[in-house]
Amino acid sequence: MTLVAATTEPSCYSAFVNEWWCAQYVEDRHADIIAATTEHLRITVAAVLLGLVLAFPLALLARRFPRLESTVLGVSTGLYTIPSLALFPLLVPFTGLSATTVVIGLAVYALTILVRGLLDGLRSVPEEVVESAVGLGYGSTRLLLKVQLPLALPVLVASLRVATVSTVALTTVGTLVSYGGLGDLISHAVQRNFRAELVTAAVLCVVIALVLDVALVVLQRLLTPWTRSTGRATR
Amino acid sequence: MTLFGLTWDYLTTASSWTGDGALLDRLVEQLLLTVTALGLALVVALPLALWLGHLGRGGFVAVNVSNMGRAIPTFALLAVLVTADWPGPAYFGPYGRAGLATLIALGLFALPPLVTNAYTAVREVPADVLEAADGMGMSGAQRFWRVELPLALPLVLSGVRLALVQVWATATIAALVAGPGVGAIIVSGFARNHYSEGIGAALVVAVVALLLEIAAASAQRIVRAPVGRRP
Repeated sequence: MTLVAATTEPSCYSAFVNEWWCAQYVEDRHADIIAATTEHLRITVAAVLLGLVLAFPLALLARRFPRLESTVLGVSTGLYTIPSLALFPLLVPFTGLSATTVVIGLAVYALTILVRGLLDGLRSVPEEVVESAVGLGYGSTRLLLKVQLPLALPVLVASLRVATVSTVALTTVGTLVSYGGLGDLISHAVQRNFRAELVTAAVLCVVIALVLDVALVVLQRLLTPWTRSTGRATR
Repeated sequence: MTLFGLTWDYLTTASSWTGDGALLDRLVEQLLLTVTALGLALVVALPLALWLGHLGRGGFVAVNVSNMGRAIPTFALLAVLVTADWPGPAYFGPYGRAGLATLIALGLFALPPLVTNAYTAVREVPADVLEAADGMGMSGAQRFWRVELPLALPLVLSGVRLALVQVWATATIAALVAGPGVGAIIVSGFARNHYSEGIGAALVVAVVALLLEIAAASAQRIVRAPVGRRP
């Protein structure tokens, strides 16, 4: 007579084993993981785009009225110093416990980096190039769109990369209002002492950051073919 | 009553500030964490980064440390430290629950701005100035103390300022792993649907962050003044 014994080994993510990495976990919970990753990407992309859309008028305003520049930079730097875990609650009275709260909060941080990037980028355009464009009869709008912005792109994209990578990381804090993408998995993992879930979510965060970073580098190379001939790596 | 009214009530009630685990307790805890972590990071990062800058070596380290620091979520690192067998979530003296884990995370996230700025600051001292120093017969040490360090100081200090902001933010996030600091009141307020407490504590964190930034900016201005001849 045989004893009834456990026929299967406990899976590597059971509470008794609790391994840091567990392929079985990824396989079993792939639906949750994909949902969290999608939410993470959505929030990140929405926040960076919103930051970019807001950064343009602010940067142009600061350029048109130099006195405003220190105000714009001062206010955005001030907002930047507020920790994300404190900024989200301050938005809750206005936007509630929603993804919007997280997107707006993250856009504020991205905005600070992007306004500086835009201003530095526009400043890096050589004066003589602007002068010759004006001499060719370019109006201010055409000058901006056809000459200044394209030449400012390398510096702008550099700041866009910084903003994107840090937004991917900060999105996790959105778990405070239950919209943290992969941060929700990390939060759950800490509460349950669930190591496999924690490491999977953390690794995915870093992977998303790296993939978006590479995508922006590729985008910049496609948009600015003239920078390639210099043979210098763009940072 | 509106959320604003409730928040105002919370912030103007004495018992929200005094008592075990109330705002003042947590504020002192978080300030202590910030100062300790920043101090430790300064001791580790500055000598190393300044020395590498003086030698002109290891530039890739400075850049990569900074990029990696951005890509790794603070929350994820804190979570790993707390979930691991060591340091884990144990109490650590006046630093509170998960105090050691929080200190380690704070210190690590203070490193990138410190290392990058200090290294770049020394490297950006103009070459002709260095040549002049060599031409005057200065030794390597003399050149470092009398020329490179004074000229690098403003940029080094702006790195310290960035690190301070980073450390304060990270110390707040520590609450997401049931750690110490004012963030604990924010997180528990949201977890128990006492939003006014969460928002009130968030306001305190934000105001202190701004005060720290203003203090750091003024300190920077004072130090910069004598070297202000640089363009």
